[in-house]
Amino acid sequence: MSCQCKGDAACCQPDIEAGMAALDALIDRYGDDPGNLITVLQGAQDIYRYLPLPVMQHIAQRMDIRSSRVYGVATFYAQFRFEPVGKHLILLCQGTACHVNGADQIETALADELKLKMGETSADQLFTLSSAACLGCCSLAPVMMINGTAYGPLTPDKARAIIRDIRKQEEAQGGVAVC
Amino acid sequence: MLIRVGMSSCGIAAGANDIWSQLEPWAAGVPQLTLEKTGCIGLCFAEPLMDIIADDGHVYSYGNLNAERALAIAQHHLDCGQPLADALLHREDALIPFLKGQRRIALRNCGNMNPESLTAYMERGGYGFIGKVKDGFSPTDVIAAVKSSGLRGRGGAGFPTWMKWDAARTQAGEQKYIICNADEGDPGAFMDRSILEGDPHSVLEGMMIAGFAIGASQGLIYCRAEYPLAIKRLQIAIEAAEAAGVLGKDIAGSGFDFTISIRQGAGAFVCGEETALIASLEGERGMPRLKPPFPSEKGYRRHPSVINNVETLANLPWIISNGGEAFAAVGSPDSKGTKVFALAGKIKQGGLVEVPMGISLREIIYDLGGGIKNDKRFKAVQLGGPSGGCIPESLLDIPVDYQSINATGAIMGSGGMIVMDEDTCMVDLARYFLNFTQEESCGKCVQCRLGTRRMLEILERICAGDGQEDDLVLLEEIALQVKAGSLCGLGQSAPNPVLTTLNYFRSEYEAHIHERRCPAHQCKALIRYYIDPEKCKGCGLCGKQCPVHCISGERKQPWVIDEDKCSRCGTCMAVCPSKWAAIMVE
Repeated sequence: MSCQCKGDAACCQPDIEAGMAALDALIDRYGDDPGNLITVLQGAQDIYRYLPLPVMQHIAQRMDIRSSRVYGVATFYAQFRFEPVGKHLILLCQGTACHVNGADQIETALADELKLKMGETSADQLFTLSSAACLGCCSLAPVMMINGTAYGPLTPDKARAIIRDIRKQEEAQGGVAVC
Repeated sequence: MLIRVGMSSCGIAAGANDIWSQLEPWAAGVPQLTLEKTGCIGLCFAEPLMDIIADDGHVYSYGNLNAERALAIAQHHLDCGQPLADALLHREDALIPFLKGQRRIALRNCGNMNPESLTAYMERGGYGFIGKVKDGFSPTDVIAAVKSSGLRGRGGAGFPTWMKWDAARTQAGEQKYIICNADEGDPGAFMDRSILEGDPHSVLEGMMIAGFAIGASQGLIYCRAEYPLAIKRLQIAIEAAEAAGVLGKDIAGSGFDFTISIRQGAGAFVCGEETALIASLEGERGMPRLKPPFPSEKGYRRHPSVINNVETLANLPWIISNGGEAFAAVGSPDSKGTKVFALAGKIKQGGLVEVPMGISLREIIYDLGGGIKNDKRFKAVQLGGPSGGCIPESLLDIPVDYQSINATGAIMGSGGMIVMDEDTCMVDLARYFLNFTQEESCGKCVQCRLGTRRMLEILERICAGDGQEDDLVLLEEIALQVKAGSLCGLGQSAPNPVLTTLNYFRSEYEAHIHERRCPAHQCKALIRYYIDPEKCKGCGLCGKQCPVHCISGERKQPWVIDEDKCSRCGTCMAVCPSKWAAIMVE
């Protein structure tokens, strides 16, 4: 059953506590050396799929690093996200080969199909439309990656069909159950 | 019989997983058959790929496969002992031009062995360096060999590799580091990914050689997180090498210790710069530091460090086993050896090519790459990504070497080579690159932080049809200031895409500014789409596909585009059947 709260009610807030054991194990392993901050942040993002503020504060406290520095490092790098992402993270490649092969048209098609703008997450928490500087599959341009799997070469139609397929699969499984 | 399926990221994106899962259960039931994965052979335009190696050693390659077709071909080989001639891409005694023009040193193993097998690498002479060390090879011998090879850093700047090493070797201090720069950030470049995915052990052995030369016992690989498969294969390779005793303490009884660990980059283009990379490894914001001190004096954690690029490292085992002179015999007098290029864009046969230095751009694009897609007109080739420049047709016959490429205003760069045709707008391309560098500027130097922003604003208004008379003068003025006032390579080279396009394609800029016209029909504010009523047959395909639903009409009557609503995405033009070609743009 789909969640009805549209992502803003308490039921859709990430359960910080649920990941805490894994987060502490991560800090136990790497936390002694402040040089490992990025590794710890990457591990924390693997656990929560983004970096909630309380998680960054917890890391700062346990690694004995000022929280402003943790935040400064996290915001410097494109990999870190500060908002929850949907179940399917779509990364549309913005590389040169994709650009000259019409990545713009793919973006228009995806935005229309998903009714989302770049960077947004759908209300049902199923999709996040985002971009990557280059996915390195330039010969298959234009390319997108969804949860680690690359798709290419795309046409606007193909991109729409891929999204529809995922939606169909989700519906077959009885909708989203993020909450 | 041996079957190899190309399982690099791009092969997988094209559908290699389906082929693998179709072949695997089938192969399990055929005792005389071995099925294995391999990395990228470079024929990306024909992915997914499969090689069948017959018992007599003949290699037959097939491309553009799907699962059923791959199985049918494999079955045919098994039943008849013959290749399926009409499906064959090439065989080793009749190579297609794409492969014939290549000379593979860094890519010697890519696509020819299972990258997840240490045994396969050893069978091809891998880790031969350890034997040399046991025979008494010294660090100065290594440096002498690399010096005689003439190898220069393949990451972009082209600094002589031996010189970096020698500077670190002569530094005092017990602790030194070898860092592998696998933060391949140039959009349009995938050479390093292919090497890491296709032959990870050669990079590890390269690091070992470099470590031995400078007296380092630890190596770090800084690999971008966008390459999950490369990281996975590196991890497998490190574990296998440690278990076999070719990596770790007292390697194979030689007395030489060397360990390697992997660190993931977090997505910052500037971290390809040495000092920014070191800052990132230390858990800081990846901002460049003032040089000197150079990393070879005070690098990672203030210890002498050498940073080498993936391709540079992959060349080293070959140089050590074949001798520096053999490497120097390939290439041109100024630039020795080979260079790997990632050929992409509007090209018929895009992929990975390794060519001897000194070959012309025309040979790479037309002989290996097969020319321009859809037989359109060539306009420019972009080398070196956001730090490089665009080279026009009149310069296509220059040799590919450091000196000649630099003289055009572009740079050799790490090897991204994007081909563009008449449909690419050079102003839009300059805007694209400036958008990238402006976003990736770390913000430390004012000229880079603000200068790239101002340049982007000017380019955006030119593309939007609001260009002003003195914009080109202003662009050039800011460009020179950004170049002069930036600490690191990012800022120093960020204006290159603008300067080269201004130099070679000035008339396109002028058309945008003076005539409010985009000659390549790309800049949305300067074009309009309309339907030629003489040509339109009223099939309605365009209306059905239009994302903003602005095309209407009756069946079998000419349709009309509502220009006020049109988003100028070009979908209608793409879907209009080519026999009618009724959609026009001006």
